Amino acid sequence: MIEGIFVEGLLYSLMALGVFITFRILDFPDLTVDGSFPLGAAIAATLISHGTSPWISLIAAFAGGVAAGCVTATIHNKLKVPNLLAGILTMTMLWSINIRVLGNRANLPLIRKTTALTQVKDLFGETFPNAWAYLIFFLIAALLVKFLLDLFFRTDLGLTLGAMGNNSQMVITQGVNIEYMKLIGVGLSNGLVGLAGAFAAQYQGFADVSLGQGIIIAGLASVMIGEFVLRSNRISVLTLRVILGSILFRGLMYLGRYYGYYINLTPNDLKLITGLLIILSLIVTQVRKKKKWTALAAGEKSEDNA
Amino acid sequence: MIRLEHLSKVFQTGTVNENAAIRDVNLTVKEGDFITIIGSNGSGKTTLFNLITGTYPPTEGNIYIRGKDVSREPEFKRARYIGRIFQDPLLGTASNMSLEDNMMITYRKGFKGLKVSLNGKMRDFFREKLVPLQMGLEDRMKDNVGLLSGGQRQALTLLMMVLSQPALILLDEHTAALDPKNAQIVLDLTTRFVEEYKLTTMMITHNMSQAIRYGTRLLMMDLGEIILDVEGKEKQNLTVEKLVDKFHEIREKTFVSDEALLSQG
Repeated sequence: MIEGIFVEGLLYSLMALGVFITFRILDFPDLTVDGSFPLGAAIAATLISHGTSPWISLIAAFAGGVAAGCVTATIHNKLKVPNLLAGILTMTMLWSINIRVLGNRANLPLIRKTTALTQVKDLFGETFPNAWAYLIFFLIAALLVKFLLDLFFRTDLGLTLGAMGNNSQMVITQGVNIEYMKLIGVGLSNGLVGLAGAFAAQYQGFADVSLGQGIIIAGLASVMIGEFVLRSNRISVLTLRVILGSILFRGLMYLGRYYGYYINLTPNDLKLITGLLIILSLIVTQVRKKKKWTALAAGEKSEDNA
Repeated sequence: MIRLEHLSKVFQTGTVNENAAIRDVNLTVKEGDFITIIGSNGSGKTTLFNLITGTYPPTEGNIYIRGKDVSREPEFKRARYIGRIFQDPLLGTASNMSLEDNMMITYRKGFKGLKVSLNGKMRDFFREKLVPLQMGLEDRMKDNVGLLSGGQRQALTLLMMVLSQPALILLDEHTAALDPKNAQIVLDLTTRFVEEYKLTTMMITHNMSQAIRYGTRLLMMDLGEIILDVEGKEKQNLTVEKLVDKFHEIREKTFVSDEALLSQG
């Protein structure tokens, strides 16, 4: 049970890291995620059911996500469409594409197919219980992605991406084409989301076209919850807290699912709870800001008196 | 080095609000010039800068940088040889990133690759460059730039821009948003950097005495035209009164000639 929370938390943290890149680093609220997550799942499931190696399917899902992100960035760059609308456009188009990828159906089960997870099970299943084998596997996967991202955001390119989200004029003044930067950033973000989708399909044993519905909100909630846990300006801490936030979010959802009936909650209410969670995070951030302001003002006054 | 030929910019062409912000400006900036630009609000100073940097294209005319016609080049391409500082200290740096990250981003112009350039050697180099600012920034390289004061940020922006070695630097009232003390510090730094690195500079200012005291050449703009261009001895002998008189003298003349034109028609 508790392992389940961690497995899901780590799995979805890959998606949350993607959301973190667009919303927090690039300041490009990207809604493509709702389409690129099931796209990753659909690509992986289709390839696996055709007998492709599950590991190759993961790479293909990542590439599919990158392509989806690049479509959004290109619509935004070339047609000067606001980023939110560009994301919604791609997301809507992806719905049809995902059904095509799944072979003109909405759902593709992966029963008795060799997935990455069945291979993990075969490898460790005898030494550990299944859930623990999955946990270790996803822990390694999430940390690997985290370390690669940390490294990426320390490169010159990564630093420039960070600056663009904060001050795009500064990046233009540096002689950098911000259209390319957006393409790279949004592409990378959706690549991670597609990868998470591919893992999710293999973990759940099926790919479904509605797998991504509202997933952006789950990702955003994870990012925001993480921000309460740790405060820092170091990229390694920022990515770590996204992973922690994702696990905490899954924990809260688990509580809602299993103990919610005491207060008459049904699984259908979870989306409402997720939304309320985000609103709560926003309120707490506002209150904190206000407190900081009043503290600052008080500090200035006392300095004046002295 | 920079040549502007018959440059003009009209906003909202064909509407009642049609506004010619720059009218047929011709200007040659020589290597090593330190030009100060004065003029009232709406005289076209900032529009001139925006045309040079490529924030928007000119309506007519051409811009040459080192002999190359850049009139239709996008802003980010021209930015490789132009350094620009804005009035708002927040525009030059990324506030939620550390000092050293900011310095690393602006150290080299152009597309950035997948290389980790920020190493111990680079940090030492940045620290060494921060010391002469005398603001104690060399001990705060891991702090976010958002924690610095406006004056510190503008001084840092200036340093970062100088280190990227642009061919031309454009300063758009870069001390106007600072308190008098910090404004003086940043202005002193500016003159020091301009001399030390032999920078070709154009500086917009609202302050006439500043425009006279600093630089090697002075331009006065009015209604989108350059109405006065003095350098050398002539500039050294300028005073605020003489400048004001000159302005009235020039404007009176055109006024008279306009009247003559009207009466003829």
